Amino acid sequence: MSTAVVSEPSGFALPQGQLNVIKWNIYFGFAVLAVGVIMGLAQALSYARINVVQYYPVVKSYYQALTIHGVFNALVLTTAFANGFIALTTARGLGRKLNNALLHAALWTLFIGSILAAYAMFADKASVLYTFYPPLEAHWTFYLGLALVVVSTWITSAAQLAALRGWRKDHRGERVPLLAFMSIATYVMWDIASVGLAVEVVVFLLPWSLGLLPGVDPMLDRTLFWFTGHPIVYFWLLPVYVSWYGLIPKQAGGVLFSDTVTRVAFILFILLIPVGFHHQFMDPGVSQGLKFTIAAMTFAIFFPSLITAFSVMYALEIGGRRRGGNGLVGWFFKIPWSDPSVAAQVLAMIAFLIGGISGLMNASYTMDMEIHNTAFISGHFHQTVGCAVALSYMGIAYWLIPYFERRELWLPRLALFQAFLYFIAVMIFSNGLEAGGMEGLPRRTDMVHATYGLAAWKIPGIMTALGGTLMFASAMLFFLIVVMTIVAGKRTAQRDLPFTATVQAPPTVGWQPRLDRLSYWVLISVVLVIAVYGPFFLEHFPPSLSIQGLIYP
Amino acid sequence: MERYEKAFLAACAVILVIFLGALAYGSVAMGVHLPSRGGLIYCGVGEKLRKVLSKTPPFDHPGVQEIAPGKYRAVVIAKTWTFAPNEIDLPVGAEVRFVATSVDVIHGFFIVGTRVNVMLVPGEISQFDYRFTKPGEYLLICQEYCGELHQTMAGKVVVK
Repeated sequence: MSTAVVSEPSGFALPQGQLNVIKWNIYFGFAVLAVGVIMGLAQALSYARINVVQYYPVVKSYYQALTIHGVFNALVLTTAFANGFIALTTARGLGRKLNNALLHAALWTLFIGSILAAYAMFADKASVLYTFYPPLEAHWTFYLGLALVVVSTWITSAAQLAALRGWRKDHRGERVPLLAFMSIATYVMWDIASVGLAVEVVVFLLPWSLGLLPGVDPMLDRTLFWFTGHPIVYFWLLPVYVSWYGLIPKQAGGVLFSDTVTRVAFILFILLIPVGFHHQFMDPGVSQGLKFTIAAMTFAIFFPSLITAFSVMYALEIGGRRRGGNGLVGWFFKIPWSDPSVAAQVLAMIAFLIGGISGLMNASYTMDMEIHNTAFISGHFHQTVGCAVALSYMGIAYWLIPYFERRELWLPRLALFQAFLYFIAVMIFSNGLEAGGMEGLPRRTDMVHATYGLAAWKIPGIMTALGGTLMFASAMLFFLIVVMTIVAGKRTAQRDLPFTATVQAPPTVGWQPRLDRLSYWVLISVVLVIAVYGPFFLEHFPPSLSIQGLIYP
Repeated sequence: MERYEKAFLAACAVILVIFLGALAYGSVAMGVHLPSRGGLIYCGVGEKLRKVLSKTPPFDHPGVQEIAPGKYRAVVIAKTWTFAPNEIDLPVGAEVRFVATSVDVIHGFFIVGTRVNVMLVPGEISQFDYRFTKPGEYLLICQEYCGELHQTMAGKVVVK
């Protein structure tokens, strides 16, 4: 017997008004991605010392293009996608619509924030990259824009929590449906994690860029940034996990095994927020003991992903066996590889496995000393966010856009080709970056104009450029398929989300119902944050704001 | 199935603990240390860090000094977009302590092909010990984006 992961499995349809606001989040995210991908092509080619930025309209420098690439792809796209997709899975999971006014407010906040940041970047007033370490200084519109992007997520979270509250009143004693639990947990994690970035931008950088503060404390700001800067990757990843756990098993003809283990995995992401110091292993102002503690916690955060590897693979195995797959690995070939949505996301999982291994290398600080700030790091995060997350977004889009538009996917075979091409392209690209990084090839450096270079960087550079060009081509195919589905896909009836079921129903007695009490986990998480970050922040209080800014160009 | 699940999760936990053990072994037994805190540079609001540094030892005299037989100290200041000094000469086998900082934005100090890979943050002193056992010319680069000519910020370490 299996249990549905949604409250009203028999077909709760969201009102059209709500679907529209969700849809515009997703479309806005993909539009922004298109610009980001064009910028990305310039970065990939620069590793082979090919200069294409010179032909770009408006954009003047490699670093300006790189800033747009990072902000659009890693900050705006991810936020837009999560705000839309997770609002949808929350509403469908609870069988209850979210507050439409809040969702509209979130969408407009995101629009305005993105436009402000885009203005600063395209006007060449914010070539500070998406990590914007002060004392490099950007125009105030850049900081205000990014702050609004974060605020849009808080508004979305408020809409989800309000719906959960309402649902609980009507369903006393019942377990929160799994799909909604995963979705809400994702945003609760992010609510805590985003505080660092918000404080950095609103308390320090925005007033500083307006001339209201004399200077900055670079070490403090950098630490606030990375407080958010690592868990932000969970914010990119967890919406994809919602799909991998909650939707993919159904799409592959299987079911999810354990409700409890799934909830535990999401809770671990809430608990293990304070790991951002591992981006600062090579920083002077952080003690050795803290660095080791953080390395240990970073290893611990692999655990929920290993749980995921088991649960999701088992769900796929159930699907493969039901479809006639036999033997130890035979089932793997029987999952519906001809469905572009499934194929894209299973390929994304494989990329995540590889990205996880390169991430473990980064987390081991003895190895990080050799590869810190080299192209190896870019290789790692293009396997993870650039492939595991981005390719999953594409896979999700292959059912989500037909769902929004009530149309069939345009040329599914082309979509299938696109997914495989993207996967292969990222593998070539990231292999080039990682091979170069191990030879000391720096990242975030305009290699076309670099005054130095090593022979050992040449072949990895060419691989990177080749892989990046294929990624670009595949992404363009994706946009073509999306646009053609919207305008020319064959009309169909309204469908529902492909939500899965679990083999083991969530127990309503025993210790498991306590898993749903998110406030407990938030409390433990906050205590852990204070334990890890408290001493550092006390040391920097009051912050010395003596370091003056530098504005480029 | 639950049995497999438990076995898998236990195996994962064991693997992670082994990795962590290897990391602890590397740091404690093999003495692979991360860059450490060399202290702060006190700069008042309104003061220019460049001026403060020129009066703060050892940054008033950047360069390489032999502090004991076979032991050297290399004092380096990073500024957009150069290292001072931008050539560091050392004898083979010398134990060197790099003491470095930045006068303006965040820079990096990376000697390609070694594990000398440190962030330089204005107001903070970065310290790192290393021993060059192979002669040769090593490429020294800034590995953190520091403005429009970041890609020109390089120097060399010559080990003879």
